[in-house]
Amino acid sequence: MAIEVRIPTILRNYTGGAKAVTAEGATLDELISNLESAHPGIKERLVDQGALRRFVNVYLNDEDVRFLGGLGTPVSDGDTVTVLPAVAGG
Amino acid sequence: MRFDSLIDSVGRTPLVGLPRLSPSPDVRVWAKLEDRNPTGSIKDRPALWMIQQAEKDGLLTPGCTILEPTSGNTGISLAMSAKLKGYRLICVMPENTSEERRQLLRMWGAEIISSPAAGGSNEAVRRAKELAERNPSWVMLYQYGNPANWRSHYESTGPEILEDLPTVTHFVAGLGTTGTLMGVGRFLRERVPGVQIVAAEPRYGELVYGLRNVDEGFIPELYDESVLTTRFSVGSADALRRTRELLTAEGIFAGVSTGAALHAALGVARKAVKAGERADVVFVVADGGWKYLSTGAYEGTLEEAEERLEGQLWA
Repeated sequence: MAIEVRIPTILRNYTGGAKAVTAEGATLDELISNLESAHPGIKERLVDQGALRRFVNVYLNDEDVRFLGGLGTPVSDGDTVTVLPAVAGG
Repeated sequence: MRFDSLIDSVGRTPLVGLPRLSPSPDVRVWAKLEDRNPTGSIKDRPALWMIQQAEKDGLLTPGCTILEPTSGNTGISLAMSAKLKGYRLICVMPENTSEERRQLLRMWGAEIISSPAAGGSNEAVRRAKELAERNPSWVMLYQYGNPANWRSHYESTGPEILEDLPTVTHFVAGLGTTGTLMGVGRFLRERVPGVQIVAAEPRYGELVYGLRNVDEGFIPELYDESVLTTRFSVGSADALRRTRELLTAEGIFAGVSTGAALHAALGVARKAVKAGERADVVFVVADGGWKYLSTGAYEGTLEEAEERLEGQLWA
């Protein structure tokens, strides 16, 4: 299963500069672990003590995973996962 | 309708149906036209509520200086009220916001301090907090953490929507300070069983996020995740496409962030159709398109417009 993961500029030092990489897994948690094996160090920037870091937003097909099931959110082939830092508006 | 002054005319905006963009007679989409406020945006509500609360609390007295980090609309609303009430206003604003917003602010007498584009609104907030510390006599209303922001929507926007459309099932709005979603969301949740509160968060071009460190992000103090049903990230391309669709299909000339809200609204409407459920989806037209003309959002192909919007804060 190939799932596209879009990486924000600030984390591209882990992906050799790639804007998007592919990874595998049945859940977001598995996907991030799979990502870690190919790009060591990235997991720690996304996850802290078994939860997404406070200022990291992850979207599954544009929907915030915090409302879908957090790290346990199921993912499947053809999905797009986007990682972004939290920003202000207004 | 008659009012004693311009300030008194804030709110009570029209709710209009979208007969062409609504997917079916059972699943209808409605636009809350917040551009019909005195300075042309939804921010007239929180700005007025925040000023009135600060006056009640004795923080604001005639001749006071107000300081506020803003990407535009809140500043413009504050500038109008400040002008009429005799306050000086200083806005801290990211330099990558449209020229129209700057002109409008100056027109109403506000002073502008620019913060670097790279830091976006996060940087404007940081700068404003710094300035407030160095100038203790200045009053920072601080829209991101001031409860009067969400209360303005709890006490005005929310009740207006429910009065005009008691059958409302979904409320969709842009996510910035989170004030609109928190206020309307809480009001509707208390009164409409099963109502869904949906956030449309702008996803800017790469440039805007470029230098953001994921450890130093910003989440407005007002944000309470439990008020929302879900939250969508909407990119510039989708936001632009929907902004134009709203104009060509329904004749509504709105700002780019409205396109993002419409995109999410049409998404939940499509889901309702698939599930065979009836729905009345209300989304917020936060402002009109006037302030974004110089960004080129309404001219040429979508690709060209998207390119021109790269690096701009369009919400």
